[in-house]
Amino acid sequence: MITLLLLFFPLAAALFVFLAGHKMAAKLALGFAVIELAISGYAVSKFLKEGSDAFFVFKPWIDYPKVSFHLAVDGLSLLMILLTNFLTPIIVLSAFNRIIPRAKSYFALILMMQFALLGVFMAMDGLLYYIFWELALIPIYFIALQWGGENRVAITLKFFIYTLAGSLLMLFGFIMLYWYNPAHTFDIRELYQSAVSAKNQSWLFWMFFLAFAIKIPIVPFHTWQADTYRESPTQGTMLLSGIMLKMGTYSLIRWLLPVLPLGVAQWGPLAIALCVIGIVYASIIAIKQKNLKNLLAYSSLAHVGLISAGIFAFNIQGLQGSVVQMIAHGINVVGLFFCADIIFNRTGSQDVYGLGGIRNKAPQFTTVFMVIVLGSVALPLTNGFIGEFLLLYGVYEYNTWLSVFAGLTIILGAVYMLRMFKKVMLGPTSLPAEGFTDLQWNEMLALGIIVVFVIVMGVYPKPILQLAEPALQLILNKSIN
Amino acid sequence: MNVLTYTCCLGLFCLVAEILNLRKILVPVIIAGLAAIFFVNVLEWAQTAPIIIGGMDMSRMMRVDHFSIAFSGLSIFTAALIFALSSDFYKDEPHHLSDYLAILLFVLSGTLVLFSFWNLVMLFLGIEIVSISLYIMAGSRRFDIRSNEAGFKYFLMGSFASGVLLFGIALIYGASGSFELDKIAAYVSAGAVSPMFLIGTMLMTMALLFKVAAVPFHFWSPDVYEGSPSLVTATMATLVKVAFFAAFYRLMVNGLIGVHDYTGDILMIVAAATMIIGNLIALTQDNFKRLLAYSGISHAGYMLLAILSLQTNSSSALLFYGTAYVLATIGAFAVAIPVFSAMKYESISAFNGLGKKNPLMAAMLTMSMLSLAGIPPLAGFLGKYYIFSEAIKNGYIWLTVVAVVASIIGVYYYFKVILAMYTKDADDVVVKPTPLYLIVMILCVVLSLVLGIYPGVFTQLI
Repeated sequence: MITLLLLFFPLAAALFVFLAGHKMAAKLALGFAVIELAISGYAVSKFLKEGSDAFFVFKPWIDYPKVSFHLAVDGLSLLMILLTNFLTPIIVLSAFNRIIPRAKSYFALILMMQFALLGVFMAMDGLLYYIFWELALIPIYFIALQWGGENRVAITLKFFIYTLAGSLLMLFGFIMLYWYNPAHTFDIRELYQSAVSAKNQSWLFWMFFLAFAIKIPIVPFHTWQADTYRESPTQGTMLLSGIMLKMGTYSLIRWLLPVLPLGVAQWGPLAIALCVIGIVYASIIAIKQKNLKNLLAYSSLAHVGLISAGIFAFNIQGLQGSVVQMIAHGINVVGLFFCADIIFNRTGSQDVYGLGGIRNKAPQFTTVFMVIVLGSVALPLTNGFIGEFLLLYGVYEYNTWLSVFAGLTIILGAVYMLRMFKKVMLGPTSLPAEGFTDLQWNEMLALGIIVVFVIVMGVYPKPILQLAEPALQLILNKSIN
Repeated sequence: MNVLTYTCCLGLFCLVAEILNLRKILVPVIIAGLAAIFFVNVLEWAQTAPIIIGGMDMSRMMRVDHFSIAFSGLSIFTAALIFALSSDFYKDEPHHLSDYLAILLFVLSGTLVLFSFWNLVMLFLGIEIVSISLYIMAGSRRFDIRSNEAGFKYFLMGSFASGVLLFGIALIYGASGSFELDKIAAYVSAGAVSPMFLIGTMLMTMALLFKVAAVPFHFWSPDVYEGSPSLVTATMATLVKVAFFAAFYRLMVNGLIGVHDYTGDILMIVAAATMIIGNLIALTQDNFKRLLAYSGISHAGYMLLAILSLQTNSSSALLFYGTAYVLATIGAFAVAIPVFSAMKYESISAFNGLGKKNPLMAAMLTMSMLSLAGIPPLAGFLGKYYIFSEAIKNGYIWLTVVAVVASIIGVYYYFKVILAMYTKDADDVVVKPTPLYLIVMILCVVLSLVLGIYPGVFTQLI
């Protein structure tokens, strides 16, 4: 019951917000998002008491081909659900005091998006999962299309077709899996059991990997990313970078590793090499960026490269690190894009080299921005540190040399993030920064919450590790056998 | 069989109504009649008795089975939707209303014959009833030169294809000694298939590929779709296309399944070419009706996959796909026709700014386009899914890969329409659909959604 409530509440909320009209849209959406967060808080307490059995939902849906409405929540899913439900109210809050045309559609789409994302994290039936996966694309496409920047039409279309192409390959892969497994079903429990031959796993791996690699994105499938992040409205960018790309990394852990272990064993080295190349490549590009949003997009690319590398390292440290870092990255990147939005909103500029001296005008803003930047460069005692440490440790266990290259992300990350911070915030007050006003209440609230989590998670990450571990261990055992 | 009789009677009633001057109540009466016929059709599901007329057993000519009843139901429903659109569509020409409606009913009765034929002569009759009615309807805007062109072109090409079909039937008869499907199948399974039979099979396949507008026999369709009055285009794209496919399937599965190895290779190439070329040419279209024509061609390619997969019972997949396709296409036309009549032209730019001018219509067209593109949770997605799944089960893995690639291309042009509505600037022309159009478009979209979420009704029907 709690599972259905958790899943469908945002959908109902989206309808309600859409019907309620433009004036109330933002406030209602925030209210609903907070209620949903409270529901997920209740879900956590229930999970701790009763374990994942309390969340099991299984209803036959389509007789032929056998598809069931099968939802389940384990530690991994629960963390992803928490991330989604934690970030959604912050994303809504970040849109307060901004002029948003056709507000009711905007906020309804954000809540729709939340619904689809939650579905992805809960669905345990291949086709059901696929439907939610595709469904998540529709709201974000329309958010970027209708409220985006100047070049939005071409860029969002590229984004849509690119990711849809990946998804359709995955659909094809799922249909193949359906016929390969003797039970002829999409049920994840059967898919975990079924022994597809090594030869077939070898090519099926690519059907799934491409879909996830495009979504995450892993270099060289990342070409849609920076443009889309830049042209989307801020809330769209936050949804994309904060939550949606976690769909990809989550799916690597949930579907790719345990369902096609032999395929992963065969192609994993290539995949991890791609991830590490991506880390170095994205970091170098990020150093050269002049546009603030582009810089953040490439830094995000480097981070998710490390997350994926940790996943393909295929050991418990790597997986643990990836889960922690998914959450940390989600929180940090939303904070960073919000800061970028605040700067753009006040100064009208995203040019790193044209700004400067904002600190003189807005000390509060400078402090919170600083903390989030530090979290993102993985300073010890911030949330970024734990994740990156575990990830690098995992990669190190896998291969020493790879970890050396992957470790460059910390150095290079510090270079471009701190330099960006210096150029934008410090120094003499630049022309665009004249008249920069400090944080408004909604900005203070949203960024304050993020800052608290950057530090708390950095100091005490244990609950996350504990929640994730049994689920990850289970998946790891499945795939090694 | 009763269904066919009643439909013909309804058609005759239309012609009489003209004399009695009952034009105003005609459309409601027809829709009520179709609802009754639909009901009769459903009743036949439980017991499919052999058809006996005047003491003669007609089951050598036509057979009512679950396949025919299911497709008849779809056909009658589709026709009812088209009738609902027609009263407003023909309001400029009230004098001919009853003629058009009667002809449309005859198209419907032709399709009913196509679903239940058991004899190649009946197949030919069904195709001719449908085609000849369509020739007239395509040219029904008498003073519009393009409508004339469409009717004439369709007539020339179509009669040629009918000739080929007849020739094929003759050769098959010559080889097997029968027109009846089961006897033909028995002849094939006895071994020793003569070359004449194979040539006959080939000719029939060609003619049917022409009728469903598969590459390389597709050239007529964009021109005819573009020139015909929009509602006639909708009829051709939905009712008639699905009917020809069902007839094709029935012929293949009941009569020619034994030579599937022989036809399969050719159909495979045709299907791949149809999906790719249909989608690629659609990319360059500016005219909405031509766009839907090419989209229809590419959908024909997907439906050919179902015909290829006939070793496993893929008729359910065909029915589901057909239903999804019909709902989406009629939904699109229900939006497009009022837009075209307000804007006075039929290119994609007619939809510019519809998202601001009329959000409801824009949303409905968006859903229809998404369903055609095969995006969940709409019916089009599951339709594609079933077709792909059946094809993979039958071992057509590479063809399915081609289908997947083709449908990625397809997304681009469906989105062209969506982009026009939401990103281009609006002008001042007011677009206001009549209530009937609104009902039809909303009904289509809602059914698309319902079918996409609860496909259970259809999946194991036949």
